[in-house]
Amino acid sequence: MTCPLVLVSTMWEYCGHSLEVARLRGATYADVRVMHMRQRNLTTKNGQVGTLGQSESLGLGIRVIASGAWGFASTDVLTREGVAACAAQAVAIAKASALAKKKDVELAPEATYVDSWQSPFVKDPFEMPLETQLDLLLAADEAMRRVKGVTLTETDMQFRKVDTWFASSEGSKIHQRRVVSGCGIVATCFQGDAIQKRSYPNSFGGQHVLGGYELIDSLDLLKHAPRVAEEAVALHGAAQCPERTGTLILGASQLGLQIHESIGHPIELDRVLGQEANFAGTSFLTLDQLHHLRYASPIVNVVADARIAHGPGLGTFAYDDEGVPAQRIDIIKSGEFCGYLSSRETAHLIGLDRSGGTVRTEGWNRLPMIRMTNVSILPGPWILENLIADTDEGILMETNRSWSIDDRRYQFQFSTEIAWEIQGGKKTRLLKNPSYSGITTEFWNSCDAICNDDHWLLWGTPNCGKGQPMQTMGTGHGASPARFRNVKIGTAFSDE
Amino acid sequence: MSAGDMMRGATTKRTKTDGESLRDVRELRAVAASVLRLAKLRGVKETEVHVEEVVDALTRFANNAIHQNMAERGLTVSIRTVVDGRTARVTTNRVEEDALRAALENSLALAASQPKDSHLLPLPDKQKYRTLQRFIPATAKLTAEERARAVKRACDLAERNGQVAAGIFESGQSQTVLCNSRGLFATYRQTQAEFSVTMQHGGATSWAKANAADVRAINPIALARTASEKAERARNPVQLDPGRYTVILEPAAVLDLVGFLFYDFAATAVEDKRSCFSGRLGKTLFGKNITITDDVYHPEQLGPQFDGEGQPRKRVVLVDSGVLRNLVYSRRSAKVARTNPTGHGFALPNEYGEAPMNLVIGGGDSSLEEMIRTTDRGLLVTRLWYIREVDPYEKIMTGMTRDGLYLVEKGKVSRAARNFRFNQSILEMLRNVELLGAAHRASGEESMEMVVPPMKIRGFQFSEVTKF
Repeated sequence: MTCPLVLVSTMWEYCGHSLEVARLRGATYADVRVMHMRQRNLTTKNGQVGTLGQSESLGLGIRVIASGAWGFASTDVLTREGVAACAAQAVAIAKASALAKKKDVELAPEATYVDSWQSPFVKDPFEMPLETQLDLLLAADEAMRRVKGVTLTETDMQFRKVDTWFASSEGSKIHQRRVVSGCGIVATCFQGDAIQKRSYPNSFGGQHVLGGYELIDSLDLLKHAPRVAEEAVALHGAAQCPERTGTLILGASQLGLQIHESIGHPIELDRVLGQEANFAGTSFLTLDQLHHLRYASPIVNVVADARIAHGPGLGTFAYDDEGVPAQRIDIIKSGEFCGYLSSRETAHLIGLDRSGGTVRTEGWNRLPMIRMTNVSILPGPWILENLIADTDEGILMETNRSWSIDDRRYQFQFSTEIAWEIQGGKKTRLLKNPSYSGITTEFWNSCDAICNDDHWLLWGTPNCGKGQPMQTMGTGHGASPARFRNVKIGTAFSDE
Repeated sequence: MSAGDMMRGATTKRTKTDGESLRDVRELRAVAASVLRLAKLRGVKETEVHVEEVVDALTRFANNAIHQNMAERGLTVSIRTVVDGRTARVTTNRVEEDALRAALENSLALAASQPKDSHLLPLPDKQKYRTLQRFIPATAKLTAEERARAVKRACDLAERNGQVAAGIFESGQSQTVLCNSRGLFATYRQTQAEFSVTMQHGGATSWAKANAADVRAINPIALARTASEKAERARNPVQLDPGRYTVILEPAAVLDLVGFLFYDFAATAVEDKRSCFSGRLGKTLFGKNITITDDVYHPEQLGPQFDGEGQPRKRVVLVDSGVLRNLVYSRRSAKVARTNPTGHGFALPNEYGEAPMNLVIGGGDSSLEEMIRTTDRGLLVTRLWYIREVDPYEKIMTGMTRDGLYLVEKGKVSRAARNFRFNQSILEMLRNVELLGAAHRASGEESMEMVVPPMKIRGFQFSEVTKF
């Protein structure tokens, strides 16, 4: 990908100049992000190239506190005059915010850092021939189309490379480069009066990680393409998932989304404090629940871990967008609720002397806000085969098809692409249209088995929406298959 | 002077800190002309350029105070080249000549890296468009101070009523220039304002929202008052049993649910057999009282009068008195179906084809009051939330009620009810509409703005209840 030069020294100059203008205009605190974002999207459909595009965006966003209130402005006019006007606008907006403030914004203290970090990757997806990428997608597409009965085949790859230059009025200067890759394939079969679909390695865009093209190499698309196509066709002949209350085993990617919706969002402190009440909603995890709520059964341990040591997740970084280093936070420990996702503005409300380092922005023109990092369930002791053998009667569900949860994150319903009945410890017949539902804490307290490290994978959710204007963010969710008892199954298709 | 120099110079003259204005459209035309000139020099026969500018500001409040307040301005240049049956798009927000040249080269390199597409059409020729006036200076001039004062009035109202307010007040403007090397030239600009408010009264909540090109058509304090009164009435909800209920859907609830049909009306989706309308064209699918049109020219709609390739948008009657009459077509899907494009294509290349972006659901002569008065037992629904597709062909959608669910008994709203989860086929729902009110522009959170009526519907299926 050819890019006109982005001079690092110039980026720092823009940061410094905007901070100085903000100070002169009356800001008591300011932080600025210059971001250079590059993206490549490739898709195929029915053997033809669908989307084929690249984009590049370079701009600056500055967040200030003036008159005790927040203001934010952004611009793509990267000249001394352009960034100065942007900084002045941010201060003016902060002063307008003060017309309707209750109290002055206070930030938890944080050390200053001067650092540069690049996420690890082996193969830079932007530096390899596009033909190689397209050829693989077209080959996978063809392998799915060879299966009789398939009516639609789709594949996709997405790559992002984002450079962020962060500077604050407190003295931090941090450069980060993150490379993200994603890929997935889907086979759809329309037959009679039904549409069935199978995806690999996950639905809604596949798997996404903080890494390079080595992700795509590891997926072995050509091996899995015929299987997902055959399963999409076979689902038409499968039995309808029964409606009952019973035992459920969730595959790892579905458990990852279950964590995202019923743990990751409710622990966002801005939601808890009502800051998202108009759009994303609030949370049942009111402040009095901290260290008191039995969130899950004692075998459940959940962390929010942004450190590279946790893995190459979409929520992995060295510093968040407030310049706070990546951390690991216990969220659920032996079933007890013990932590929120916090920011410098909210940390003190839960008695912390420091932010949990979870503030991120979609891009240079968006305000940084609390986002999930990698919110993961820690592995248990079970081997999946043994877990199935240990289950007399149950249903194993895999690969998300739909997800929905109320605005306080109590009541949820998920459906998956495929399921199998378990009878007498054996995986038996195929089931179509599987779904399950429940109340968050009741569901998590019914967890009685979690599979081990061999089955654990850090799944990427690239499409988490939050904020106004809406921001889309990637989050990570480490999960392995797990078993839940007394779960309501099949409600989505009930006619009662 | 290059287009980039021209734009930098123009920008540095701005000194205002809010109520910012768009650039002179000639600056955007100059950027587009630069790209076409560079392409011609490079020997590229077919080039399309799309220049888009956004200036937007959004004031966000919660807990009766402003907690986020932002402004943005940005310009993007999107270049598509067509070479020997191959096409690709590259987008940049850098307007210097070397950046435009690099984007052009990248587009050519991407296009060359793929197999030839025998279905790819040449770029369209020059088109004629109807004029749309949707740029309202009063909206464009709105300042952060004016937004803050309106928010303060809403927050003060909440405090007086022992409530907590949260919401947004947004105002913005955008313009676009689309042209190609065959002489096509299209331009459009609009303003847009939005006020949304949630009132919390203890555990009870309600909500109101409006969106319009003209900020003067939005009355923030009236919306806050509505949300406040409904939040008061939402207290102490009764827990009802799940099951089938007669529902009265306010316009936002209709919009957010029926809006999920929009892509099903795409000819490409039908061709791909992923639409719920596959195999159903010409059939009676809904009640006789349901007529759905796509009409960008409706006075309450927003959006440009041309599509992603520059085709003029046509008004299309999709559903006529319950019968699925038409789909919308891009140039490509129209050629496949041997019909004319309707001007609903997305920018190429893409795999989705087209979609109606300006749905209008025909209204009736009823009203919310009459719907309530004629209901012996039912539920009044303010809005719906987290709607997702459970079954694509029967179009079963799941989701939650939110911010005000009220029990209607013997023709009156009797009390609030705890929120329900629904699993409901939209196809079935639109066969069960008993009454329709007047259709107006409505705004929700799950679908784009549309012109819709409130509806009274029998047999709407709620499957589970939540805890509030």
